[in-house]
Amino acid sequence: MRTYLLRHVQVLIASVGQLSRTPGSTLMSVGVIGITLALPSLLYLLLVNAEKVGNAWHPGTHISLFLDLGVDAERAQSLLERLRRREETQQVRMISADRALQEFKELSGFGEALDALPHNPLPTLLVVTPERAFEHPDELQRLVSEFGALPGVELAQLDMEWVQRFHVTLRLARRAALVLSVLLALAVLLTVSNTIRLAILNRRDEIEIIQLFGGTDRFIQRPFLYSGMLQGFFGAGTAILLIVACLQVLRSPIRQLADLYGSVFQIAGLRVHEALALVAIGIGLGWLASRWSVRRHLHRMFPSAEPYSPTKAGTFAHISTLRHRVLKLRRSDKRRNR
Amino acid sequence: MIRFSQVSKRYPNGHEALKRISFTLEREQMAFLVGHSGAGKSTLLRLVTLIERSTHGQIVVNNKNLTKLRRRQIPFFRRQVGVIFQDHKLLHDRTVFDNVALPLVVAGVGHRELGRRVRAALDKVGLLGKERLYPITLSGGEQQRVGIARAVVNRPPLVLADEPTGNLDAELSDEIMDLFHQFNQYGVTVMIATHERRHIQRLGKRVIELKNGELMSAGDQN
Ligand SMILES: Nc1ncnc2c1ncn2[C@@H]1O[C@H](COP(=O)(O)OP(=O)(O)O)[C@@H](O)[C@H]1O
Ligand SMILES: [Mg+2]
Repeated sequence: MRTYLLRHVQVLIASVGQLSRTPGSTLMSVGVIGITLALPSLLYLLLVNAEKVGNAWHPGTHISLFLDLGVDAERAQSLLERLRRREETQQVRMISADRALQEFKELSGFGEALDALPHNPLPTLLVVTPERAFEHPDELQRLVSEFGALPGVELAQLDMEWVQRFHVTLRLARRAALVLSVLLALAVLLTVSNTIRLAILNRRDEIEIIQLFGGTDRFIQRPFLYSGMLQGFFGAGTAILLIVACLQVLRSPIRQLADLYGSVFQIAGLRVHEALALVAIGIGLGWLASRWSVRRHLHRMFPSAEPYSPTKAGTFAHISTLRHRVLKLRRSDKRRNR
Repeated sequence: MIRFSQVSKRYPNGHEALKRISFTLEREQMAFLVGHSGAGKSTLLRLVTLIERSTHGQIVVNNKNLTKLRRRQIPFFRRQVGVIFQDHKLLHDRTVFDNVALPLVVAGVGHRELGRRVRAALDKVGLLGKERLYPITLSGGEQQRVGIARAVVNRPPLVLADEPTGNLDAELSDEIMDLFHQFNQYGVTVMIATHERRHIQRLGKRVIELKNGELMSAGDQN
């Protein structure tokens, strides 16, 4: 067990050495990974903050319950008490029919005309402010239909246009962020697998010799896997630095803006577990890309290792010998040009 | 140790390098594989080490039927066969020690055992003092001996060499052949491709002769 671990540590150190021997392409690859991981992360933070801002600044959602005309003040009061006891409600206010009429008179200017009515045509109104936790559109819709079915309630109405729009926009942005993340993950895969491909071609002769002396694909693969994971690791580290730098740049203008609105809004940064997740994603992508790249190239470089099959040999072998010759020519060309 | 039955090898370009070859090399035997340049000697050795696959017939090496061996099993098979190449195939960015240690490293041999066996192999070929050097600083004969040490460091029961003395002068060449002879006396099965008849007369071993891909004579069967 100890020698096994020791061997892995040796391979890891060897991979670091190998990466540092080609600093140009390593830095390039780490940089590209850093940027591609930072972009969706920043978008994610933007959404988190947008949600925070939205929740902090939106005017508050109300459900208006219009009671039946026949409901008297006493029954209205007991209904109000019942609603207040529910966990979904934060606050319940009553606007009596008389007060409603009073307000209407003042606001509408129909004062004298309304005096002529034989009785008050307006219902008693209960205004429910739901708890924050129940502000999701689906949740609100459920409350509305539930309250609407209570005895004595004529109609339950939600002014939720704003809420709905906000949430739909957020959902859309989240979907877009997801698509973007997948695309950028693909970019990371391609970047790493290309660096690994170059590393494999550089070490072609060495791989061939290792194979000739009984090295398994797994053995050959190991340093490349480490190399891929290291690139992912350093890429994720670069991404975290980029994100922290971006947030630092944005922090003071956002504070000024918040001050202008008299708000105590605090920008949400990258939390520790999110940073760790980013590192894990980086390492995972690096591992996946290098595995994919090594498998592909090992099989392509040494096709003759497969048991002979006449159909395969007929169709592909010509192409592979041709490829081989072209590569050989190119290499000897290079040597001559040096 | 090696049994060929009606083996042919046709390269993808259509060239038939070996035609219906049948012979048997018993355990602990030593044989020279001779023939003009292009006769198919290297091809035959490449079939035995599975660098190439035969296109017809059956090859059994060390009780393994090579025609049925899958890619995954090849590395483990190769650890049983020591191979020496004419162009050495050494890693020039590794020391002599690391080059010789390679077969042990890929087989996962422990650190202490590895050092012991590498030094033993280097001792056998007379390079014990040069383990820290890089191959490029060695002479052609010394490089070839590094290759030989690497081939035998695993103590394989079978050793194959493809023109191991091709670029060496007569004296060095004799030394190298004597090394192989010595391995054979320790019980290792040895097959050496060469076009130098001199060694055959000197050592008096079995001769397997190829001509244009055909077997001319398989020599003495014991
Ligand atoms: N990879 C290859 N593709 C096509 N033809 C080959 C290949 N390798 C060798 N040959 C041909 O097969 C024949 C035997 O080659 P080889 O086994 O190398 O002979 P030797 O080692 O006896 O000189 C030669 O005619 C050579 O041109
Ligand atoms: Mg040859």
